[in-house]
Amino acid sequence: MISRKDVEYVANLAHLKLAEKEKEEYTEQIGSIIDYVDKLKELDTENVTPTAYTVPMKNVLRDDKARESLNRKKTLANAPDKKNGLFKAPRIMSDN
Amino acid sequence: MATNYETVIGLEVHLQLSTESKIFCGCSTSFGADPNENTCPVCVGLPGTLPVLNKKVVDYAIMAGLALNCEIAEYSKFDRKNYFYPDLPKAYQISQYDLPVAQDGQIEIETEEGIFNIGVTRVHLEEDAGKLIHEGTIDKSTGSLIDYNRGGIPLIEIVSEPDMRSPAQARAYLTELKKTMEYLDISDCNMEEGSLRCDANVSLRPVGQKELGVKAELKNMNSFSSVEKGLEYEVARQKKLLDNNKEVVQETRTWDEKLNKTISMRGKEEAHDYRYFPEPDLVPLEISREWVAEINETLPELPREKYKRFISEFSLPAYDAGVLTGDKEMALLFEETISYFNDPKTISNWIMSEYLRLLNESELTVSASKIDAEGLGTMLKMVDDGVISGKIAKTVFEKMFETGDRPAAIVEEEGLKQISDSDKLAEIVNRIIADNPDAVEDIQAGKDRAIGYLVGQVMKETRGKANPGMVNKMLREKVK
Amino acid sequence: MEIYEMTIHQIRKLIEKGDITAQEVTEAYYNRIDNVESDVKSFISLTREKAEAQLDNLSDKKGILAGMPVGLKDNISTEGILTTCGSKMLEDYCPPYNATVTNKLQDAGAIFLGKTNMDEFAMGSSTENSFFHNTHNPWDLDYAPGGSSGGSAAAVAAGEVVAALGSDTGGSIRQPASYCGVVGFKPTYGSVSRYGLVAFASSLDQIGPITKDVTDSAIMMNVITGHDPHDSTSVNQDYPDYTDFLKEDVKGMKIGLPAEYFDIDFDNEVKESVLAAVKKLEDAGAEVEEVHLTGAEYALAAYYVIAPAEASSNLARYDGVRYGYRSEKDDDIKNMFTHTRHEGFGPEVKRRIMLGTYALSSGYYDAFYLKAQKVRTIIKEDFDNLFKDYDLIISPTAPTTAFKLGEKKDPLEMYHADIFTVPVNIAGVPAISIPAGFDSKGLPIGLQMIGPHFGEGKILQAAYTLEKILDINKKRVKL
Repeated sequence: MISRKDVEYVANLAHLKLAEKEKEEYTEQIGSIIDYVDKLKELDTENVTPTAYTVPMKNVLRDDKARESLNRKKTLANAPDKKNGLFKAPRIMSDN
Repeated sequence: MATNYETVIGLEVHLQLSTESKIFCGCSTSFGADPNENTCPVCVGLPGTLPVLNKKVVDYAIMAGLALNCEIAEYSKFDRKNYFYPDLPKAYQISQYDLPVAQDGQIEIETEEGIFNIGVTRVHLEEDAGKLIHEGTIDKSTGSLIDYNRGGIPLIEIVSEPDMRSPAQARAYLTELKKTMEYLDISDCNMEEGSLRCDANVSLRPVGQKELGVKAELKNMNSFSSVEKGLEYEVARQKKLLDNNKEVVQETRTWDEKLNKTISMRGKEEAHDYRYFPEPDLVPLEISREWVAEINETLPELPREKYKRFISEFSLPAYDAGVLTGDKEMALLFEETISYFNDPKTISNWIMSEYLRLLNESELTVSASKIDAEGLGTMLKMVDDGVISGKIAKTVFEKMFETGDRPAAIVEEEGLKQISDSDKLAEIVNRIIADNPDAVEDIQAGKDRAIGYLVGQVMKETRGKANPGMVNKMLREKVK
Repeated sequence: MEIYEMTIHQIRKLIEKGDITAQEVTEAYYNRIDNVESDVKSFISLTREKAEAQLDNLSDKKGILAGMPVGLKDNISTEGILTTCGSKMLEDYCPPYNATVTNKLQDAGAIFLGKTNMDEFAMGSSTENSFFHNTHNPWDLDYAPGGSSGGSAAAVAAGEVVAALGSDTGGSIRQPASYCGVVGFKPTYGSVSRYGLVAFASSLDQIGPITKDVTDSAIMMNVITGHDPHDSTSVNQDYPDYTDFLKEDVKGMKIGLPAEYFDIDFDNEVKESVLAAVKKLEDAGAEVEEVHLTGAEYALAAYYVIAPAEASSNLARYDGVRYGYRSEKDDDIKNMFTHTRHEGFGPEVKRRIMLGTYALSSGYYDAFYLKAQKVRTIIKEDFDNLFKDYDLIISPTAPTTAFKLGEKKDPLEMYHADIFTVPVNIAGVPAISIPAGFDSKGLPIGLQMIGPHFGEGKILQAAYTLEKILDINKKRVKL
């Protein structure tokens, strides 16, 4: 169960513009998935530590050595917009 | 009756670590490269790329933690802080949320009001974002340009407890922190260039009240003095509100250097829901006590310890000790000079007057200047031995500063040796007496000041090389 | 037998004997593509030029895959070659670098014929979520090939490539392999580098091979596994020669059948076929017992928290600034972000981003994300405990055989296609899907073998043995 307001809040966080129809659809679909996922509550996890890493590893480190960077042309090759070796994005409005 | 308020300040300081490569990729951290030249698929966040942690970055964070008397975590991990901004290539910043490298430390500071311990909540690692350049004006922006060279440069964030009670204390804390990090040599600590950044939380509460008042977060202060000024402004602003029974609103405010005031950024920010979760692309850190001990071995004497030692060991005034230890290289120069000339106070005087003046005039740092301990020490010894006069020494020192030549060579070459040969001096003194009968009369009439005039004439004649003590004595004897 | 019907090891023998050249092999496969691709539509892009360049450079190479025509799922980065992830968002994206597996295959002499179709950002179980087109199951073109590596599975089954790479986050290699009657292997998490694999859910994603038989699977595993300093989760250890395990021997091998999995209401033909195959293993000397695991439904529920949560973060970078699609509604940055993401992502991707964002958002983190990570511990420990006493666990790969294109509309219903495969990713263990028979419609049935962490060897040995006993994977599609 999830409200339309939740959907709007989440869409704003995820930076997804949703049409009114989509808001409705997502409220219902995500709601039913959330209901399904609620199954997890049936399991007692009182004294269980969470697992973020299934293969336990630690301290994977590299030496502080600089290597060559990527050719800037290649870095910028996929940019939708660029200028003078910089990526170009639309202006940032004060309410962003 | 007006309420008395207590100021409560906490600081969040970001420091760029001076490693050779970035925190999660091998791109160079060098300053001043052309835009986007120091980037690669990893630090531009191309799909499919993965971070690999730079070991030195962890070493440096441990070092900072130890210097700030923190507990170093045995288990630490990285988390993702999710938010959208065009300078953030992955739309999340790899940072540390609940398990930072170091926690629960403190640092001692000193102001005119006394000595205070400021708590350090945590020291954690994170990556820097890129740099945005706005096109057009702020009001009429036409777009923004992004340079990701800075993206992925390692940062430590040092968060203090809300332990500071005045803007002056905040400044002292920042100064002590900066000095400490400079001694560790882990960051350039340059606020103007952005390698040290500072945000402040400031609130007021009635004296005696335990709960904190409503705070404002202060950003965009680009120098130590703007931190102090910004905080002073903010304290006054909040006090005025409270005195008028108005409420302080929790908000972020930006310091405007030109207008000399803080401005509300309310409504200009997103709701903060960063959705932190453990970074699945990095494995946890287990920091063994051996690792910590190894780093501990490499810690230098810290500025505060050195300051105290300079006072006790060399009987220096606190002021001198403060100035000398304010710069690690200067403190080093001072201590090394002692082995060539064992008079700490004289060395200190010389460094704080002549040397600092020349450094300021030439805008050089101690390490970039040509003065070394041996040169300074032998020169001071020459003064002490009467080889050169104190006045000539200034000329010699300027030459040393300029060329890096040894003082003896300069004295030799320029013929600056002091004249202490009494026969030679007597000859000159006699001539000066003969040439200045008026002055002689004045002296005999009791106008003692005229002696100075005659000494000056002798010095002029000898281009400053005459031993002033001997000249003075001779004149007095001969004129009376 | 046609060349396009052969396996890697069969073709290699012919090349070694001098009966055929690498050029001829590639040509045979491109001819096959010319003949069937318009029906199957396995590929997003074909890379003939790249293949020819690789052939030209092959002369002095004696790699294990020298001259083998392979396909790469389109979420595996290939320098200078479109890597779209099946998404409008990356329709024109050409990576400036190679994934580690791309380099490994290239160094072994493989010839890249093309990039295969997939569900957008690997989210789906039918490849119908591709922005580009549907892929058709070569056994019956009305049916879906499964997903998300549907293009890779279909291309191998249709003989358009000899082998392909897929990626598996919740079953995306094994389930399409099962639907298309080929062999799909999901290795232990950390044994194949993820560097260059466009991330879906980082803690679950793993690259693996889709091949025509178990021997080829072992050969491909030899090429792609190994430590990679560019991937911090890549396990630094010695990896075995997987072909050493290609032995017809299951005597004394202990196999568990999880009661909780077989209790689920699923296709009877699938169940019977899998149980019949297990019986054959028992006849060959394996010891089979019923075992108990936490219900697969819980793993599926945990999966639909963890995977979308990680995805919501991994897919945040598609904002139209550095690469990929940018909306024309770009009067300011926020509008550009939101419209780009609205227009560039398909409905399933948006659904999962929304779900994952919700699960991580303030106030819900503990109830959803943290809870799911705890359930993950339970599931992982379950497997760890079982593998103290058992060598392998066997289950169906999927509850049904392939379903018709367009048949499944409800997202939750689609998610259930992964019920048996998802627990494996949650625990990080390895598993294979191999053909176990055909249903009455003539569609392939897949059997899944699961082993402990780094237990690939035993899996391959049992799979190889079963493949020999069943002798069904010589059967090829008729197109």
